[in-house]
Amino acid sequence: MGRYVVRRLLQMIPVFIGTTFLIFVMVYAVGDPVNALFGDRAPDPATAAALRHEFNLDKPVPQQYLLYLGKIFTGDFGNAFNGQPVTELMANAFPITLRLAAVAIVFEIVIGITLGVITGLRRGRPVDTGVLMLTLVVISVPTFVTGSLAQYLLGVKWGWIRPAVSPEAPLDELILPGLVLALVSLAYVTRLTRTSLAENARADYVRTAVAKGLPRRRVTVRHLLRNSLIPVVTFLGTDVGQLMAGALVTERIFNIQGVGFQLWQGIVRQNSPTVVGFVTILVLVFLLANLLVDLLYAVLDPRIRYD
Amino acid sequence: MTEPPGMSGPAIGGPGGAMELAATEGETLEGGAQPPAGRGPEARARSLWSDAWHDLRRNPVFIVAGLLILFLVVISLWPSLIATRDPLSCSLGHSLDSATHGHWFGYDTQGCDVYTRVVYGARSSVAVGVCATLGVAVLGSLLGGLAGFFGGVWDAILSRVTDIFFGIPIVLGGLVFLSMTGSRSVWTVVAFIVLLGWPQVARIARGSVLTVKQNDYLLAARALGAGNTRMLVRHILPNAVAPVIVTATIALGNYIALEATLSYLGVGLQPPTVSWGSDISAASSGMQFRNAPHILVYPAAALSITVLAFIMLGDAVRDALDPKLR
Repeated sequence: MGRYVVRRLLQMIPVFIGTTFLIFVMVYAVGDPVNALFGDRAPDPATAAALRHEFNLDKPVPQQYLLYLGKIFTGDFGNAFNGQPVTELMANAFPITLRLAAVAIVFEIVIGITLGVITGLRRGRPVDTGVLMLTLVVISVPTFVTGSLAQYLLGVKWGWIRPAVSPEAPLDELILPGLVLALVSLAYVTRLTRTSLAENARADYVRTAVAKGLPRRRVTVRHLLRNSLIPVVTFLGTDVGQLMAGALVTERIFNIQGVGFQLWQGIVRQNSPTVVGFVTILVLVFLLANLLVDLLYAVLDPRIRYD
Repeated sequence: MTEPPGMSGPAIGGPGGAMELAATEGETLEGGAQPPAGRGPEARARSLWSDAWHDLRRNPVFIVAGLLILFLVVISLWPSLIATRDPLSCSLGHSLDSATHGHWFGYDTQGCDVYTRVVYGARSSVAVGVCATLGVAVLGSLLGGLAGFFGGVWDAILSRVTDIFFGIPIVLGGLVFLSMTGSRSVWTVVAFIVLLGWPQVARIARGSVLTVKQNDYLLAARALGAGNTRMLVRHILPNAVAPVIVTATIALGNYIALEATLSYLGVGLQPPTVSWGSDISAASSGMQFRNAPHILVYPAAALSITVLAFIMLGDAVRDALDPKLR
């Protein structure tokens, strides 16, 4: 196991470098951040040159990238163009987005797995067909549509919630945005649990458990569910990364000042250090989540051996 | 929005292999007349494709989705069939007016007829969805298939490259990449989706080709002197293409949703191109839908129904082509 972790971590390095380089090239080589800083006015050439020098923008792109990479390993993500360190923005934004993602994950686990178990144990019944059609509908409605409609109905028309989340984003205001963020994945969790449960319900060990006289509930919870949830857990793991990216849309709708909001501001103002810094962290979260899933898989299913 | 693992099966090479064996006994692949082989109650064995078609025709989900998609394609080709006005001729005097006779969906902020814009919006969604899917399917299966077939160093390079692209969540990539482009048309968005979408198909195609490659009939074909081209076109392509088709069909609906999401975020299609995503974005900005919900509801409903139709189609095609799920 230890050797496998080391190998996987080593494999992550080229992927991390490739991905961040791709983003870096797009942001720094295609856009011109110094011109953007001056808006519509033409910048004073001397000032522009000084700024380019300060941000290493006068060097070739690969060299810029290496300089950047060297700095982030010491925890220095550079300064946004207004002088505020990017790490400071991150310290404000990431806890909010993590809270939002946590709310979403809880919804996925509680509602998704419950619905999956109900339908998986009642395949072919009306409740199964109904939930299955419902998941198809939920998957089809894009998150920004669900979000806007929920905001209109619950926030504006019926006035149950505040339509916009306050800057501190306390947990109770994140419940609706979290549910909106979770919906599509929730539908996938339901379908995955249902398929997995139905597949395992025919397994020999279930028949044995029933034959030796265990109560139905115990067979379902201890034997069937435990084995069926392995693919679901791996899906939830990969979903952590997806949720962080999905928060871009949800945060925009509900005006939550998290990662998506900062990234959005960075892009609109062409604030390149902010954009590259946040994307780098998001990619890292994504890769680590995938690694964690693979390791978790071995813990949950003892038949899998990596060495 | 990726399909969870284990839901699309790469094991489709199995029955496909049986089909190919039958086909090499002197029959053309497409010809329905294949030698009898006591499978199922029918006297004649059916290929994977005719079997799938047989299933699809009886699937109500497929029929509903198919009719909806047919309708969408027709109105995106000839929107004037059901909408006589010009989507870009608007008058601010009607701004946010609600529905009146002849304007069933009311007017939006700019005073444009919402019904006309909803009808014309189908064109960009369908165009982006279809073109992006075709691009992703062709590029992905070409690169993935060839890497799987030839193996070696190309395969290793491709695997690393797909890993890199998988590290970028697609909405995040869209926000960064597309915001750097000045003016965006349907083709810019299509190009972006193809650029970030092909690794998904390449992975499926590679796996599928690797499965098919192990079949005996490929060894037989090689022994009979078949060259690489013949092996690829006559033997591998027909047997390995099913998982790619399944993945691509499901992806089509997701790409339409993606285009709308990107347009909503302001990095997708730009005016004067009519897009449901941009219209929903315009309706939501500053909560203009507060007093005029119709400017939000109609484009949102049109978009959701369209995506639903394509996802239902994908679901039906997967059920028909993946024998494991039967």
